[in-house]
Amino acid sequence: MSQVIIDETETSEPPQTTHGADPKGRAITRTLVVVGFALIAALFFLLIFSAPAEDPARIALGPVSLNTFFMWLGDLHPLIQIPIILIAFGAVVAAILVLIEYAPRPGRGYFILRLVACLAVPVLAFMMLRPYSNAVLYVVGIALLSGALLFFADYRSRQGAGYLFQLILFLAPAAIMLLIGLIYPAIATFFKSFFDKTGTDFVGLENYIWVFTNPVGTWSVINTLIWALVAPTLSVAFGLAYAVFIDRARGEKVLKVLVFMPVAISFVGAGIIWKFMYDYRQGEQLGLLNAIVTLFGGDPVSWLAVKPLVNTVMLLIVFIWTQTGFAMVILSASIKAVPVEQMEAAELDGTNAWQRFWNVTVPGIRSSLIVVLTTIAIMSLKVYDIVAVMTGGRDDTTVLGFEMVNQQQRFQSYGHSSALAVVLFLFVLPLIIYNARSLSKQREIR
Amino acid sequence: MALSQRYRLLAPLALVGAAAIALTGCAEAAPGGGDGGSDGKSTIRIAGGITGGEADALNESFAQFTKDTGIEVEYIGDKSFEGNIVTKVTGGDAPDIAIVPQPGLLKTLVDTGKVLEAPESVSKAVDENWSADWKNYGTFDGTFYAAPMLANLKGYVWYSPASFEEWGVEAPKTWDELITLTDTIREKTGNAPWCAGFASDAASGWPGTDWIEDLVLRQSGADTYDKWVAGDVKFTDPEIKEAFDAVGEILLNPDYVNAGFGDVKSINSTAFGDVAAKVADGSCALTHQASFLSANFLDVTNADGETPTVAPDGDVYAFLLPGINEGDLNVEGGGEFVAAFNDDPSTVKVLEFMASPEFADARVKLGGVISANKNADPSLASSEFLQEAMKTLQDDSTVFRFDASDLMPSTVGSGSFWKGLIDWVDGKSTDEVLSDIQAGYEN
Repeated sequence: MSQVIIDETETSEPPQTTHGADPKGRAITRTLVVVGFALIAALFFLLIFSAPAEDPARIALGPVSLNTFFMWLGDLHPLIQIPIILIAFGAVVAAILVLIEYAPRPGRGYFILRLVACLAVPVLAFMMLRPYSNAVLYVVGIALLSGALLFFADYRSRQGAGYLFQLILFLAPAAIMLLIGLIYPAIATFFKSFFDKTGTDFVGLENYIWVFTNPVGTWSVINTLIWALVAPTLSVAFGLAYAVFIDRARGEKVLKVLVFMPVAISFVGAGIIWKFMYDYRQGEQLGLLNAIVTLFGGDPVSWLAVKPLVNTVMLLIVFIWTQTGFAMVILSASIKAVPVEQMEAAELDGTNAWQRFWNVTVPGIRSSLIVVLTTIAIMSLKVYDIVAVMTGGRDDTTVLGFEMVNQQQRFQSYGHSSALAVVLFLFVLPLIIYNARSLSKQREIR
Repeated sequence: MALSQRYRLLAPLALVGAAAIALTGCAEAAPGGGDGGSDGKSTIRIAGGITGGEADALNESFAQFTKDTGIEVEYIGDKSFEGNIVTKVTGGDAPDIAIVPQPGLLKTLVDTGKVLEAPESVSKAVDENWSADWKNYGTFDGTFYAAPMLANLKGYVWYSPASFEEWGVEAPKTWDELITLTDTIREKTGNAPWCAGFASDAASGWPGTDWIEDLVLRQSGADTYDKWVAGDVKFTDPEIKEAFDAVGEILLNPDYVNAGFGDVKSINSTAFGDVAAKVADGSCALTHQASFLSANFLDVTNADGETPTVAPDGDVYAFLLPGINEGDLNVEGGGEFVAAFNDDPSTVKVLEFMASPEFADARVKLGGVISANKNADPSLASSEFLQEAMKTLQDDSTVFRFDASDLMPSTVGSGSFWKGLIDWVDGKSTDEVLSDIQAGYEN
């Protein structure tokens, strides 16, 4: 579609920008921006201050939807359906053609047309997709796409009202959708964590006290911390060691694939595989681990029920098994990017292999190390599947991510669940900030 | 460009066309969303936790109804229905009808305010077809919301009739006889007679709660059971401890469990369904499980490598866990309830059908399930075992109680109670476990 637009603009009139020099145009621009932002703010506050789980019929925009259209169509006579479908198809094609045709034209009238289209497309999309769950997500995508496209068209026409102004105006629908779909739920969760189970009575910090005093809550916090500390360190340590040892070795690719394969397995799949490894029964052993134990004359151990912490370590092994490959691949790539001259210079200075690794390689791959460490740390903070599949949080193996879902789904305890979510967010926050800061630091250096 | 000139004429025409379609769509769709508007919806969506072959059978049982009324019924099963339905209903995405497997969950749904009171006709049908107890499980604060659907009977002890004959023993009539029987089998075979498995993913522990509930109902009677469900009898009270001690007599005794799986602790890591295979091939003499276990025997083999026959003289059969005194018939069981979220005429028709003996007959005939509907025909049940179970449910002299853990608040019934039994098997002391479970009420 964009191809068509470019073709059109090539044939359009030469640019003649009047904006910026014209004080009247600037005044209009300012008013529009103020009104637009006031509208966005009003919408946002309306959402926050209205009760969270109200009847969603309130935001439903009438009975128009793609679903009702097809249901109406389905009840008609088959011969009548044919022309109607053809007309509908033609209408959609026509609408798209109209947009393509008028979108890149210069002039205020066309600018307004573009703006109206940019607002109307998401609203129409929302009305049509309404009966489907996750409709908002699709509409965000549609709004982003139409906003970007129309902005591009407007920019190409060089007759719009200034780059930044255009950008803001055209992407506003998408931004509003994001506010509704992402930022509003986050704030609503924060508020809910101060209310009781059903979300009706204000209970102050009671949910947070529950998190840090109830055994289930405390274990989920303790285990999450263990996960966040042990999992990234060990996966990076193993991944780095492996990457260094196989660097420029024979059959490097094959060796890499072997360790990278578990990355492709989902956590649920990995959990099921390792559940068989840890299997516990008397007589013939199904699980490898107990088969080894009994081979040396020991009694089989119920690995996933050994408290405290042994079972958590067993779960950690599964996670590390899946993440080592990820760390290895990224670190291996950055090791190869360390300049050979530096290594040679260090060699000439008479350093041994360990000193070269510690003083040349590690500083050289520092930024990759940080990225891998923080990424795996964030992943281990969010872990849910492994715990759910392997132990279901029994025997003190629960983690924040799992307990959050457990409290909400099984016990309908929205207060506890939200409090756990907020605690989890607080754990993740410093990592994200650190990641972002080290990234921006790098940019400064460059 | 030549083309754009033509577009300029086409554009308004296209816009008018699109607007016309949108408007006609509106106008026609407004009254009731389809066929004429007076008969209600043409398709009724039902959601529930029943999946696989049983879901197909459920869809099939509406075949005659659809033929008679023209109303399509579409049942869609969801494996994590219990976790999802409340979120869906509060989020405005409720189905027309939900098949709710637990009264506790039903109460949570009713609390959302979206479940409609059952129509008068359905209430009347339930009065005619079910005992007052069953109606009571769908009633909250004096308002009747949901009719029962199918049922299952818990508290069976599965065994091998052939082995029993070989050992010269018979099904016991009292709890003491059961213990004597256990000792006899142990002497004759030298193995642990009982096997048990509590593992069931996130729901692990529930098979154990059935044991405790059976014993409370048999030892202390239905009144105490009701008070226990209501929370008036606490887990720390002596009646409940007595039940734990009795169950512990079997489950915590290394001489009695866990045939073919390991020691006492292996109960926790054994999947409840895996037990069927051990009973079928003869390595496990006795196991305690609900009537549904008969379906698990279809997938396993006996010692000769054939599918075991479930019959009084076959490879496997079951007797009801005996009471303390001979002749007591206190049983517990479970079942589903049919809750509606709108009063569309078609929905009401489906509700009426599901509360009728015709529906029970249609579904029971398809096999594998039973109903507590008193006017349904037990001879339609797919096996001799299920026919007997259905007769027990329909019998007026049977004292029937619903699964206690399904009736308790979910933080206890599917939280601390399940978890407590896992800890108990792992070796935690009974008193500690009981106070842990009781603490679930404060969660």
